[in-house]
Amino acid sequence: MSSPAPRPRLTQTSAAGLDVPVRAGPDLVDPNHIGEPGQVPFTRGIFPDGYSGRLWTIRQYSGFGTAEDTNQRYRFLLDQGQTGLSVALDLPTQCGYDPVDPMARSEVGKVGVSLSNLSEMEILFDGIDLGAISTSFTINGSAAMIYAMYLATADKQGVPREKLTGTIQNDILKEYVARGTWIFPVRPSMRLIADSILYSNEVTPRFNPISIAGAHVRDAGATAVEEMAYTLANGLAYVDELIRRGGDATRFARRLSFFFYVHQDFFDEVAKFRAGRRLWAKLLRERYGVTDEKAQMFRFGVVCGGSSLIAPQPMNNIVRVTIETMAAVFGGAQSIFTCAFDEAFQIPTETSAEIALRTQQILAYESGIARSVDALGGSYVVEHLTDQMETAIEKVMQEIDDYGGVEKAIEDGWLQLRIAERALERKQKIDRGETVVVGQNFFRRDDAKNEVAETFHVDPEAARKVMEKYERIRDTRDAAAAEKTLADLGRAADDDAVNLMPYLVDCAHAYVTVGEMVDTLKARWGEFQEPVRL
Amino acid sequence: MNTSTDSTANVADGAATPLRGKRILIGKPGLDGHDVGAKVVALALRNAGAEVIYTGLRKSPQQIARVAVDEGVDAVGLSILSGSHKELVAEVAACLAAEDAADITLFVGGTIPAEDRAHLEGLGVKGIFTADQPLPEVVASLAASLG
Repeated sequence: MSSPAPRPRLTQTSAAGLDVPVRAGPDLVDPNHIGEPGQVPFTRGIFPDGYSGRLWTIRQYSGFGTAEDTNQRYRFLLDQGQTGLSVALDLPTQCGYDPVDPMARSEVGKVGVSLSNLSEMEILFDGIDLGAISTSFTINGSAAMIYAMYLATADKQGVPREKLTGTIQNDILKEYVARGTWIFPVRPSMRLIADSILYSNEVTPRFNPISIAGAHVRDAGATAVEEMAYTLANGLAYVDELIRRGGDATRFARRLSFFFYVHQDFFDEVAKFRAGRRLWAKLLRERYGVTDEKAQMFRFGVVCGGSSLIAPQPMNNIVRVTIETMAAVFGGAQSIFTCAFDEAFQIPTETSAEIALRTQQILAYESGIARSVDALGGSYVVEHLTDQMETAIEKVMQEIDDYGGVEKAIEDGWLQLRIAERALERKQKIDRGETVVVGQNFFRRDDAKNEVAETFHVDPEAARKVMEKYERIRDTRDAAAAEKTLADLGRAADDDAVNLMPYLVDCAHAYVTVGEMVDTLKARWGEFQEPVRL
Repeated sequence: MNTSTDSTANVADGAATPLRGKRILIGKPGLDGHDVGAKVVALALRNAGAEVIYTGLRKSPQQIARVAVDEGVDAVGLSILSGSHKELVAEVAACLAAEDAADITLFVGGTIPAEDRAHLEGLGVKGIFTADQPLPEVVASLAASLG
C-alpha cells in the first residue's frame, strides 16, 4: 500500500515577504499612483506602445573555451533568430589576469571565453558586423579594458564608433558584494567607471556604458525587495560620482541601464519591476532635479533562471524559465536572457540553449502576452503589490543610508554579511519545506535525479590553445608600441582628472593584454582587500 | 516522508551540535567569486558547533593549505563553482600532503557533475556536496567523517 506524497501548504506571504490578499479590490489601489504607459511616473512602462513598437531584445549569455569556439556558437544563435549577443568571459579575463598567470591557468576558458587581447576579440566577432548587432559584456573589474578592445575591434572592422550599440556591465559595487570579480579598491574603481561612462556618452552615444545589476546580489541570497533596493542605492552612488566628475545628469542618466534576476514568485517579480521603475524616476527628480523624461527612464534587462533552477529533474527548469520570462514581460523588460535548463550544473549544450531561445520566441510570437502594454496594469493585486514593494524597497534603502551609504557598507563587509545571512535563511526555508521546490524538497524522485542525456564539455585543449595564441601575440606585436601605450596609461593614471579611456583604447590597438593594463593600474592603485566577515 | 524537515528542526533548535570542538576551514580556491555556498555552509557548520574559519575569495591552493596547517584544523572544505574542481582539489590535496597534513579531512562543495565524483574521491575527498542537498545532511556527513 502506498500513501500519498506529503503536499506543501499554500501561504499568503510572497517570497519577498509581501502580504498577498486572497481577494483584492478597489479599496487597495490608489489610481493616482498608476499613470499611463510611457509617462511619469512610469509605473506602466517607459514606452507608450510597449512591445508593439519594439520587442524586447532576445539576448542569450554565452561564451566558453576559445574565441573560435564561441564565435561558432554566436553564429549559430544569430542564425536561429537571436537579436543580440551577450558575452560570457572566463574568470582570468574578468579578474584581470593573463591566461599564463599562475592564478589563472586552471580557469582559462572555463566559465566563459578567454579574451586576453584585441586579436582574440577580432576572432570572436569574425564575420559578425558590429554595426548591425548589439553586444552585451558581463564584465566589471576589467570592463574599461574590454570596452576599449570593443572600440578597437569596431575600428578594425571599419564600423563607426557612434553606430555601436550594446552594454558593458561595468558595475563594480555589486562585485564587492556578491559576484567577486573585483580588482581595484572602491575609489579608483569608481573613477574608472566614471571615466568609461563619460567617454562613452561622447564617443558611443548609443551604447550603455553601465548596467547596474541586482541580479547577482539576488542570486547570492537577497530577496526581490533587497535586490531592487541595493541596486537603486548603487545607482545613486554612480550618479553622485558622475556629478562629482562634472557629468550632466540629464545626459548620462539616459544611458544608465539596469539588470535583474527573475525568480519564481511571479507577482513579486512583476511588482518589483513596476515599483523599481517608478522609484528610480522619482529619485532622479527629487534628488537631482532631473526633469527630462528620457533621463528618468528605467531601462533594464533580466536573466530568468539562475539559482531558481535546480539539478534534480532538470527538464522542469524549462517550465520555471517560462514562468519567469512571463513575469519579465509583464514587468516591461527591455532585454531578456533565458537560462538553459541544464545551467544548474553545466555550460548549456546547443540543444538546451536552443530550447531557452525558443521559449522566448514562443512567448513573444505565439502566446500574445506582448500585445498590450503593461497588460496586468490596473489589476488590484498587481497594483497593491507594486505599492507594497515600493514601500519595502524604500525602507531597505533607508537602512543603507542610516548605516552610512553603500560604499561604507561594502568596505566594512556589512552588506556582504547581511546577504550571507539571508542566503542561509533561504536555504533553511527550503530544507524545512517552507519554501517549495518541486522535485527537490517535495515530490522528489531519487531514481530520476538527472535526466539529461547530453553533457557539455569545454574542449580540454582550449586552455593550451589560448596560452599558445597568447605567447604568439606577445612575440609578434610591435613591442615598442605596446610599451609606449602602457607607459602613457600609467602616467595618465597618476592624474585623477584625466580620463583613462583614450589611453586604454590606444593600449588595445597596440595589442597590450588585459593583464598588462590591469597590472599597470594595480601598481598605482593596489587591490581591493576583501573584508571577510561571518 | 520528507526527512530533511525533521533533522533541520533539530539543528535550528540548537539541540544538535554534532561538530562541537571541531575546527573547520572553508576555502575558495581560484578566481571563482560565487561565495554563497561557502558562506552558507560556514554558517551552518558554526551553528552545528564547529569553529569555522573562512578564507575569503581568490586563494591559491598553497595559501589554503598553509592556513589549514597554521590553524590546526580538522577539515578543509573547498567551494568551487567554476568547473575547475579537478585541478584545484588535486592541487590543494598535494599542498596538504607536502605540509604533512594529508590527515586533514577534505570535502568539496559546488557545481560538481556526478561523473566527476569518483575522480575527486580518488584524490582523497571525503564528502561532495551540491546545492540541492539539505544542510543537515552536510553536517551529519561531516560529523560522521570527523568522528
